[in-house]
Amino acid sequence: MPRRDPQERGTDFVEVALGLDPELAMAEAERCLNCRHKPCVSGCPVQVPIPEFIQLVVQGEFEAAEAKIKEKNSLPAICGRVCPQETQCEEVCVLARRGQPIAIGMLERFVADQASAARKARKEDSSPDKPEKKYDERVAVIGAGPAGLTCAADLANYGYEVDIFEALHDTGGVLRYGIPEFRLPKSIVDEEVEYVKSLGVNITTNVAVGLTMDFNEMLASGEYAAAFIGTGAGLPYFLNIPGENLNGVYSANEFLTRANLMKAYLFPEYDTPIKVGKRVAVVGAGNVAMDAARVALRLGAEEVYVVYRRSREEMPARHEEIENAEEEGIQFRLLTNPARILGDERFRVRGMECVKMELGEPDSSGRRRPVEIPGSNFTLEVDTVIVAVGQGANPMLTTRVDGLELNKWGNITTYDENGATSIPGVWAGGDIATGASTVISAMGAGKRAALGIHEWLSAKRGEA
Amino acid sequence: MFKVLEKDLLAENIYRMVVEAPLVASKARAGNFVIVRVSEVGERIPLTIADNDPERGTLTLIIQAVGKSTKDLASVPVGGMVKDVLGPLGSATEIGDAKRIIAVMGGIGVAPTLPLLRAYRKKGAEIVSIYGARNKDLYILKDEVASLSDELILVTDDGSSGLKGLVTDPLRERLQSGEKFDLAIAIGPARMMQAASNVTKEFDLPTVVSLNSIMIDGTGMCGGCRVSINGQTKFACVDGPDFDGHAVNFDELIIRQGYYRDEEQHSHACQSLGGEEA
Ligand SMILES: Cc1cc2nc3c(=O)[nH]c(=O)nc-3n(C[C@H](O)[C@H](O)[C@H](O)COP(=O)(O)OP(=O)(O)OC[C@H]3O[C@@H](n4cnc5c(N)ncnc54)[C@H](O)[C@@H]3O)c2cc1C
Ligand SMILES: Cc1cc2nc3c(=O)[nH]c(=O)nc-3n(C[C@H](O)[C@H](O)[C@H](O)COP(=O)(O)OP(=O)(O)OC[C@H]3O[C@@H](n4cnc5c(N)ncnc54)[C@H](O)[C@@H]3O)c2cc1C
Ligand code: SF4
Ligand code: SF4
Ligand code: FES
Repeated sequence: MPRRDPQERGTDFVEVALGLDPELAMAEAERCLNCRHKPCVSGCPVQVPIPEFIQLVVQGEFEAAEAKIKEKNSLPAICGRVCPQETQCEEVCVLARRGQPIAIGMLERFVADQASAARKARKEDSSPDKPEKKYDERVAVIGAGPAGLTCAADLANYGYEVDIFEALHDTGGVLRYGIPEFRLPKSIVDEEVEYVKSLGVNITTNVAVGLTMDFNEMLASGEYAAAFIGTGAGLPYFLNIPGENLNGVYSANEFLTRANLMKAYLFPEYDTPIKVGKRVAVVGAGNVAMDAARVALRLGAEEVYVVYRRSREEMPARHEEIENAEEEGIQFRLLTNPARILGDERFRVRGMECVKMELGEPDSSGRRRPVEIPGSNFTLEVDTVIVAVGQGANPMLTTRVDGLELNKWGNITTYDENGATSIPGVWAGGDIATGASTVISAMGAGKRAALGIHEWLSAKRGEA
Repeated sequence: MFKVLEKDLLAENIYRMVVEAPLVASKARAGNFVIVRVSEVGERIPLTIADNDPERGTLTLIIQAVGKSTKDLASVPVGGMVKDVLGPLGSATEIGDAKRIIAVMGGIGVAPTLPLLRAYRKKGAEIVSIYGARNKDLYILKDEVASLSDELILVTDDGSSGLKGLVTDPLRERLQSGEKFDLAIAIGPARMMQAASNVTKEFDLPTVVSLNSIMIDGTGMCGGCRVSINGQTKFACVDGPDFDGHAVNFDELIIRQGYYRDEEQHSHACQSLGGEEA
């Protein structure tokens, strides 16, 4: 994928990946073998008809290609940009074993962008005709992240009246507050949300279900015949090491929310401030950590370290983002674990004491367990620490629903592949059910839940 | 969008605002707060629900205009709109069986105190209130405090009204005299809550405080509001904002509140930071 120059892009929030031009895209599409067994499709959590859409790219039928993808994935412009393709569709592409797999994600992004541009050129809004309301039942969808948005769109297409409730003042969930502009332009999120609204879905922001409205009452009153819970993994984990409450220590959620949702990178045009020192340590090595590190760099940090207790091989972030981060000058301190954060007399971070690690025997996850090397402690001189070691289930709603079964981590227990919960009429999916996962799996869960709800309501109506 | 129905100036830079927010109004309880964002470019700021009227669908907010966001909010006219109001947030305060209560309040701390007094009053508790201000012109809602109290002691820094001194003076005096109280409520600037908690601790009197750490989402998602309670990290927006005053690390709270001071000045060049933080 062509990308902007690392020097230049490291100072602004404009998208890093440039996208393919039609010539490049068609040439890449030509490489596809159009395999009969379609191994790539089995690697995609929502089974996008990959060879079929790629053949349409070969023929230059970009809008038809987009329509083909949208049979399974209603957010191709987003998934093309943020899916971890190297562990999904591209990993199992037959060409992966003999060199380069087909750049499926890039092609997906390409057709989505082409189709959107073509619609705009025709001054058409992205919406198909508003689906006909076939049923009287209303369905409530809690959370406007990818899971909730997808579920709502499908329910509207089945013919239901759908109300989405979102706690924040804006839609999109992590797509809005977590993933930064330079990786996923918010205009794309806006377009997708507009599409969902154009299907007749009502979205109300500033409603924290469980607090602003009582979920139990919503169902008991009969106002809603069914509900989908897609409230995400919004609870930040900390390290529980000394010094974590010093000024200058952020959770990645706070840091990214300030930067992305509140647009602190445009301070003082926007009112929310953000403080980034000269030397920043980000703890963790997932997508969240890469995003935090790259945002810190763009906000003016001179040195940014990613501190991770395992080795490069185990870094969970998308490969492309690890490469991007490295190119931009982010420094990886691998096999390194924070022991405590040191403060100055004004209670501000002045350093982070770390200990070196080595890989020992494999643990239950099959990965080699990092063990401390005694006496290897050293201090990383930093003035800002961003903790990006994962998020737990958002408890805001789940702890306030009577009879909703949760597992020991607080995730909602689901009983079938569509995400049925312990309460009849209530489905759940996305990060709140699975733990922190991916955009595409959240979307897939939203789609399956919509189907589950439709089947259940149809059966209740006696339509079987 | 949320409509401003009423607005009065209570004292210099302190406003009372009634905002239409029917869903929040129907669910609000003592101890709850809202997150407000005035405009598209605004910050999300936490404000106590000082009162709510479920029938009318309204919330009463008391706003001390100390910085950019609170000044922007205070400048919204009657009939004007506030972009976002989210709530009710925070754990509602557990209203226990305390029969005699001593309530210490200062500054904007009156706003979170009033709902507690109302709730205890309803349960028939006897309330002695100590209300402090720098001078007599800074009192707000004094009549309302008086009407909810069996006894009201006023204290000013300069002696322009009531006793001259600090709220902790009469507090200590009453406790030292051997008078029996079941509960203390101490809400105001962090330093005041700290001082009051230190006094009540000497007398083993359980004390409720309301912490005002810096917040963003107000829903437990960012951890920015974290406070140390008995050495354990808690999120003020979901675990609080009310806590046991004897367990709070106030020094940490105060330092964390000041983290963005430079930026706040930048955000509002002409603001005066003379006032105590709320
Ligand atoms: C910084 C970051 C980077 C990431 N990068 C990638 C990536 O590159 N690729 C990838 O595939 N995945 C990535 N992920 C993971 C991916 O974003 C999530 O798996 C996905 O967003 C989950 O979707 P969701 O709909 O389940 O939840 P969310 O996106 O978390 O949305 C949940 C929504 O529900 C709302 N909500 C919560 N409680 C309530 C309530 N009580 N009432 C009303 N609303 C409520 C929340 O405010 C939120 O808007 C990243 C995650 C983060 C944090
Ligand atoms: C749960 C809760 C309830 C609150 N209730 C009320 C209320 O009912 N009425 C009211 O007027 N204020 C209340 N506050 C405080 C209010 O949120 C802050 O005054 C406001 O965010 C300041 O924003 P600003 O941009 O106007 O000022 P800024 O320019 O951001 O700050 C001005 C001054 O206030 C300090 N400050 C900033 N944020 C806070 C904060 N959260 N708490 C204390 N000091 C702060 C700054 O350090 C600075 O000295 C409450 C805070 C919390 C956490
Ligand atoms: S949705 Fe994601 S996994 Fe599926 S084909 Fe597209 S890029 Fe690959
Ligand atoms: S496996 Fe690779 S080459 Fe084969 S159809 Fe899929 S994308 Fe094309
Ligand atoms: S304000 Fe974000 S967790 Fe409390």
